[in-house]
Amino acid sequence: MIQAILFYGFSALLLGSSAMVIFSERPVKSALFLVFAFLNASALWLLQYAEFLGLALIFVYVGAVMTLFLFVVMMLNVDRLPSGLSLPNRLALAFFVLIVIGYLAGVYQLTHPGSVLNIQNLIHEPTGSNTKALGALIYSKYVIPVELTALVLLVAMISAIVLVFRGRHPHSKAQKVSVQVAANKANRLKIIKG
Amino acid sequence: MNTEMMMQLALIIAKILMVLLPVVGAVAYLTTIERKVIGYIQQRPGPNRVGFAGILQPVADGIKFIGKELIFPRMSNIYLFFLAPILSFAPAFVAWSVVPFDVGLVIADIDAGVLFVLAMTSLGAYGVLTAGWASNSKYAFLGAMRAAAQIISYEIAMSFALVGVLIAAGSMNFTEIVLKQQGGLFSWYWLPLFPLFLVYWISAVAETNRAPFDVAEGESELVAGFHVEYSGMGFALFFIAEYANMILISFLSALLFFGGWLSPFEGLGVLAEVTAFIPGLFWLLFKSAVFLFLYLWMRATFPRYRYDQIMQLGWKVLIPVALAWLPVVALMVKLGLLG
Repeated sequence: MIQAILFYGFSALLLGSSAMVIFSERPVKSALFLVFAFLNASALWLLQYAEFLGLALIFVYVGAVMTLFLFVVMMLNVDRLPSGLSLPNRLALAFFVLIVIGYLAGVYQLTHPGSVLNIQNLIHEPTGSNTKALGALIYSKYVIPVELTALVLLVAMISAIVLVFRGRHPHSKAQKVSVQVAANKANRLKIIKG
Repeated sequence: MNTEMMMQLALIIAKILMVLLPVVGAVAYLTTIERKVIGYIQQRPGPNRVGFAGILQPVADGIKFIGKELIFPRMSNIYLFFLAPILSFAPAFVAWSVVPFDVGLVIADIDAGVLFVLAMTSLGAYGVLTAGWASNSKYAFLGAMRAAAQIISYEIAMSFALVGVLIAAGSMNFTEIVLKQQGGLFSWYWLPLFPLFLVYWISAVAETNRAPFDVAEGESELVAGFHVEYSGMGFALFFIAEYANMILISFLSALLFFGGWLSPFEGLGVLAEVTAFIPGLFWLLFKSAVFLFLYLWMRATFPRYRYDQIMQLGWKVLIPVALAWLPVVALMVKLGLLG
């Protein structure tokens, strides 16, 4: 009973804040609503007893990724975004997405009869520490996909660095730590006799 | 709702208050003790006018904070300006819900306790960021940018240091981590994990934006940093959150690296018997107090780091050191050298 109330409450908040991410014209507001959406998604995961995934979502996405995102959005200093699509076009796009999602839900409903709308089927009972279970699965059954994902991320990181880093400027005044450490009294101070 | 559920709810609320009120009290007195300790280190008496030797100073401060006018700057984003102190206040206290004070003395004894604390402390960055942005002030904004970059950078080093503890203990539950360290002073994790402990402590100080890494406030260049536009209770909430985080970090250091509530004389024959009457809670509080003193000592001793040096230290020293020690910890576990 309480689980059902919490589930519908967090789901409603998740959907509402996701909608606000799209409809808000201020980028900072959108980013903050996205943070709120993540928090609600994490709460849904916690309701499923998937505490590792829920907390990792907060730690990785809310704690690190969205902070950087917000950082960039605030630095850009764009107060209002010019809306790209007019309202009828946006509604049409939303309708199209709705149809796709509805189709997928319908297919799921047909293959798993009576499961989508029944809240009891969505809540799984706890089966021990799911951190251990997850680790055992990731590093045995799914080890190749995991390593491939890691490789893709590594490539993305290297290419991002290559795109941004253009080498040191020849006359830049960046400090050299070794020179600073090597400095001593003799080569910094000069005694002038008056 | 039936009576049984009401009883359960009342019990939970009572537990929360039993943790929350002492923490708030500790925060109040930590501010006074900080001024006293730094005062004596700098050879002056510190606050000594309110009450006997200044023991009522926090009460006076509190009354003053409540009495101050709340000022909302013009052209600021009023909702976010109002929300920001709450955003940094709430996570600082929520994290306390998984901190155990002894076996079973914990509000929520969850499996992923360490991860929960990390997730909650990483949320604190939002209070700082929104405060800096919503104030519509250059000083506040610069302070917030610095704080955000610093918190993200040091979070990585801190998480890697904690991964070492998790590998050694084989659990993310605080109680289990503490119980794995049984066996006296030299079986606590500070010894086998010493480099990780140093990385953890330095990044924890940076994570709480305390001296010598307090460039987010940087009063010599940014007036007061991200909370420059806040007055009265808004400022007080930021202040309380900062000190609650300090106390939390001190407790975590004691729990993860210094055996929590375990006695340092465990397994030392006569010494263990003589000190057996001392409750575990005393040891935990004592160890945390030592770390809190270390915070104040560092603030009174070290000059503030320059911003680029902070980044250099975090990315080029602490993270490599933590990464290098993780395989060593894994090897120690595999060879059975740890507990």
